[in-house]
Amino acid sequence: MKLLAAMSGGVDSAVAAALAVEAGHDVTGVHLALSEAPATLRSGSRGCCSREDARDASRAADVIGIPYYVWDLAAEFQASVIDDFVAEYAAGRTPNPCVRCNEKVKFAAVLDRALQLGFDAVVTGHHARVVDGVLSRSADPAKDQSYVLAVLTPAQLAATVLPLGPHTKDEVRTLARARGLAVADKPDSHDICFIADGDTAGFLRSRLGEQPGAVVEDGVAVGTHQGTYGYTVGQRRGLGLTVPAADGRPRYVLSVEPVSRTVTVGPVAALDVSTVLTDPPVWSSPRPLPLACTVQLRAHGMVHECVATADGAGWSLALTTPARAVAAGQMAVLYDGDTVVGSATIRSAA
Amino acid sequence: MVSTAYLDHAASTPMLPEAVEAVSAAMREVGNASSLHATGRRARRVVEESRETLAFALGARPSEVVFTAGGTESDNLAVKGIYWSRRRTGRTRVLASAVEHHAVLDAVEWLVSHEGASVTWLPVDDLGRVDEDAYLDALSDDVALATVMWANNEIGTVQHVRRLADAAHEFGVPFHTDAVQAVGQLPVDFAASGVDALTLTGHKLGGPLGAGALLLGRDVACTPLLHGGGQERDVRSGTLDIPGARGLAVATALAVERQPETAARLSSLRDDLVKRVQDAVPTAVHNGDPADRLPGNAHFSFPGCEGDSLLLLLDARGVEVSTGSACSSGVARPSHVLVAMGQDEPTARSSLRFSLGHTSTADDVDALVEALPAVVERARR
Repeated sequence: MKLLAAMSGGVDSAVAAALAVEAGHDVTGVHLALSEAPATLRSGSRGCCSREDARDASRAADVIGIPYYVWDLAAEFQASVIDDFVAEYAAGRTPNPCVRCNEKVKFAAVLDRALQLGFDAVVTGHHARVVDGVLSRSADPAKDQSYVLAVLTPAQLAATVLPLGPHTKDEVRTLARARGLAVADKPDSHDICFIADGDTAGFLRSRLGEQPGAVVEDGVAVGTHQGTYGYTVGQRRGLGLTVPAADGRPRYVLSVEPVSRTVTVGPVAALDVSTVLTDPPVWSSPRPLPLACTVQLRAHGMVHECVATADGAGWSLALTTPARAVAAGQMAVLYDGDTVVGSATIRSAA
Repeated sequence: MVSTAYLDHAASTPMLPEAVEAVSAAMREVGNASSLHATGRRARRVVEESRETLAFALGARPSEVVFTAGGTESDNLAVKGIYWSRRRTGRTRVLASAVEHHAVLDAVEWLVSHEGASVTWLPVDDLGRVDEDAYLDALSDDVALATVMWANNEIGTVQHVRRLADAAHEFGVPFHTDAVQAVGQLPVDFAASGVDALTLTGHKLGGPLGAGALLLGRDVACTPLLHGGGQERDVRSGTLDIPGARGLAVATALAVERQPETAARLSSLRDDLVKRVQDAVPTAVHNGDPADRLPGNAHFSFPGCEGDSLLLLLDARGVEVSTGSACSSGVARPSHVLVAMGQDEPTARSSLRFSLGHTSTADDVDALVEALPAVVERARR
């Protein structure tokens, strides 16, 4: 096949491209320029977007021996990922920007352009498997990224090649070393790539301004805040409470309500939910409802057994055992064993 | 890929065999041209003969040749050095065309952001030629420096350098020109052109990479960028790159000597390319001045296509071209040259430059014309 390999400059995408070549495919590498003003050097644990990362990607392509280009997707990334991230927080939800990037940029803008230019599919270094268009978990449970790919439609999955699925991260590094790829020991990335210093609250404050309001417990004001966007369901630190809790136990954010600028806090037990309602889902491997399956409610989170039923156009998920701190805006991803069934954005939980 | 059609000579053209020989020979010799012993004198002789060869080829005096590490350094030295020297006299405005190479453009912008300069960007017409009325209006006795390139690296349009330089001198304004694309393709005579400073570089004319020169009039004050041993009349310190200077001089002399036949051959090949591209892709728009342009340059917009998609698809077919301008991270941005000529962003992003040089043949043009229609069809949005 003619494949387009998205190369971030990290070890995973470099090895994925190399494995695709070794499998006999005709591979072309592209680095996605996602920032209007890229930093010269990588900082912190961000995995992309600096010129140093672009150089790492081009070096890997040269070593593998494939053509390499840079595609400017900064405008798409700004509109679909960064602006969406800010808008979601402003609306009191907790978005996952990697999901959005996969949904709107890597497997939409890039895939569309690749298909138009005559490529058959896109190769990425995600830790997950696609076999015959069916998405499932990576061989490395600790690195599994099926959660952030669960938003892909069957049509997108049909044009997706994930060579790293059978490999653990350690194996990937070994494969990189064996191929002389200098990125073999490059640190893993885990911060939000467009927030250079990792200060999400500061990033949001600079875009949304200060929006002071009350922190409330049982209808009683117990503190103030400078913007609901600084709070996520389940958060314990930085609540700035001025009234100590009656039971002397820690307080957690239970809900975030941006219109009334109210952050509601309470004891840990109040974080437990057993019903999750979602927006309309994307079925990656369609099943009839009701469906007994498992659900993952955040990236790298634990799975819960549940029964999914229709709730309007969305799902209602009845959890067998309660889940703690479920934030609206995150994805609920249904699994049948290791196979991804589908995904939907969490609307509310109780 | 079995064969490659290299249509990117404006990026870098192959070294002339004579230049390779000259560089290799110089590399076998030991010597610092600043040393006082016999070995040093031998080295100095090579440098000074190279300086004379270069000066003679370009109508300059040997003392007007400042060897540098290439076009970007020469442009920076001229723009910043002349500005700094003139700033002391209260002149702080820089006139520069909107279509300059980034080595001039960004140097001027740096002077504005860091060194108290102001700038008047000179507009161009839809062929990319500087608007002379606007230029004359902008000239006055607060101007430190005017800089307009000899011929544009993207769209090939040739500027009326002599007239622009004469007008500058009426206001006591020194005039710099970036002639990187012109030397070897057009007749270039430093003295006859009337300019005060002229940038050239080796790898665009058959010489080595990393070797260039600034021709700097004897009476033009220029503050150095590099301080040190005082080489190159105190304007550019640093131990001379003797193989580089030698290769540059040999290549320049040959390129200038062969310029009339090169220009005739390349413009005929280029005219054939232009006609056949227009026949093969009727919607293609040829940019720049149809007549008064670099002999090896053709530049097209392909409406409805992304230039970098065209480049990728041609590259896969062994046809090597350029989208015009790329920043250091390799991202293709809409060309500032085309935007200055009044093109909208989608049109500016849809363009490709095809540039011919001394090794170009009809086979290269054939390969392009054969590949292009299917590539344009595929890349059309």
